[in-house]
Amino acid sequence: MTGRPSPLSPLERISRFVLPALALLLALTLWEVIVRANALPPYILPAPSLIFRTLVADWGVLSDSLWVTLRTTALALLAATVGGVLLALLFASSRLIELSLFPFAVILQVTPIIAIAPLLLIYLEPNTAVLVCAWIVAFFPILSNTALGLASVDHDLRDLFSLYGASRWKTLFYLRVPAALPYFLGGLRIAGGLALIGAVVAEIAAGTAGSGSGLAYRIVESGYRLNVPRMFAALLLISLAGIAIFAVLSLLQHIILRRWHESALGRER
Amino acid sequence: MSATASATTPSDVLATFHEVGKVFQNGVVALAGLSLDVRRGEFLTLLGPSGCGKSTALRLLAGLIAPSSGKIHRGDAAAGEIGFVFQEPTLLPWATVAANVRLPLRLKNIEGEDNRVDEVLALVGLEEFRDAYPRELSGGMKMRVSIARALVTRPQLLLMDEPFAALDEITRFKLNDDLLALWRRLECTIVFVTHSVFESVYLSRRILMFTPRPGRVAAEFNIEAPEPRAGRFRTSPEYGEQCREVSAALARVMGEP
Repeated sequence: MTGRPSPLSPLERISRFVLPALALLLALTLWEVIVRANALPPYILPAPSLIFRTLVADWGVLSDSLWVTLRTTALALLAATVGGVLLALLFASSRLIELSLFPFAVILQVTPIIAIAPLLLIYLEPNTAVLVCAWIVAFFPILSNTALGLASVDHDLRDLFSLYGASRWKTLFYLRVPAALPYFLGGLRIAGGLALIGAVVAEIAAGTAGSGSGLAYRIVESGYRLNVPRMFAALLLISLAGIAIFAVLSLLQHIILRRWHESALGRER
Repeated sequence: MSATASATTPSDVLATFHEVGKVFQNGVVALAGLSLDVRRGEFLTLLGPSGCGKSTALRLLAGLIAPSSGKIHRGDAAAGEIGFVFQEPTLLPWATVAANVRLPLRLKNIEGEDNRVDEVLALVGLEEFRDAYPRELSGGMKMRVSIARALVTRPQLLLMDEPFAALDEITRFKLNDDLLALWRRLECTIVFVTHSVFESVYLSRRILMFTPRPGRVAAEFNIEAPEPRAGRFRTSPEYGEQCREVSAALARVMGEP
């Protein structure tokens, strides 16, 4: 009944965490040694220890920016979820609407966000423009995955529903929506990372216009001041934010699907 | 536990196909000139090679698709009175066994009949698994859930489309016997599709053999056997003789010497 390859041995499981940690530690040590041995000034390359000290010392400024970026990302993801799911439901209910609108969703997706951002900044207030940018990149994977899920219902199950005279709504809520859930959650996980990317890109575009205070803006600002350690510290926070978003959404996916979906199938019960 | 097999008169006819044809959109002619009766209370098997249109006939009988020509008359066994068991268990993977079995009641807006769920789960011997999820069950158990789901609306007519084809032989034999017991107990009408001569002879009172595509009825057999049938029938000379007879007819239909 298991669809997974043979379970990992305890040694392998430990190695999965220990080996990357060791590799990281080794790289950081090497970095530190190179910087110290060559007495490189911080504006060329700051040592990891200095980046860490900067992170602690500038925590007041950086944490405010982190909060701004996270808030933008979360709001954009929420709006993308609502918009993407509603549009997918609309597509599922009418082939005509799908044929009319889907190309525009694709156009919005394939046009690089960095090229759209300056235009949005002309028409919108900077914070709103950043939010809209993040939303544009995040909403497509949710839309396309959910639409695919809604359309990927087992044909026999559809027949079963029509045999018992199920209404459109009942078919939607008891069959198509649950069937689309794993697809939606997969899309959400991709969208989480993209929302952060969209927010960062838009902040950089907005930051050069002298507004905004997210982490990306801090990077641009510190760059102008040649405060390279703070650039690295802000970058570190963006990476950590991305990892955290991915982890939270993966956990959500696991919790929702663990009882029934193949992707969350336990190795041994 | 005794059952009357199929002592029938024309008034006992539950459904009729008259010169039914079915052509699919891609041009495949699945059925042509198919005429048959389904008699009340019988265990009827539609037997034929793969792709002969017997599954199509079953779906027409269920009202899932419409015929291209000819007439189908489905007396009082309206769509709601029909249970359907697919080749695959076709369960909702996100719902528990009990929720899967309750589904037809929910879709037909029948409320407060939860005891029916327990009743049919007991019939198929799965009362202990009501809170399990489908993926926790074996293939045979999933098929039992599928049968319980088909029975929960107390249908007059139970349609089964090669339900045991994907199961191992031991499980299939067990389910064959359990299905016969259910049929005797519930006194419903079963139309069963299979491509196995041996399964059809073991289960049915009457067999309709289909020609290769486009399908129509090539031959009809009444299977004689002492009731109730059980494992002993499977190894009896009468069973072997009737299997041989049906197999020979199938070979003729397939155009083999």
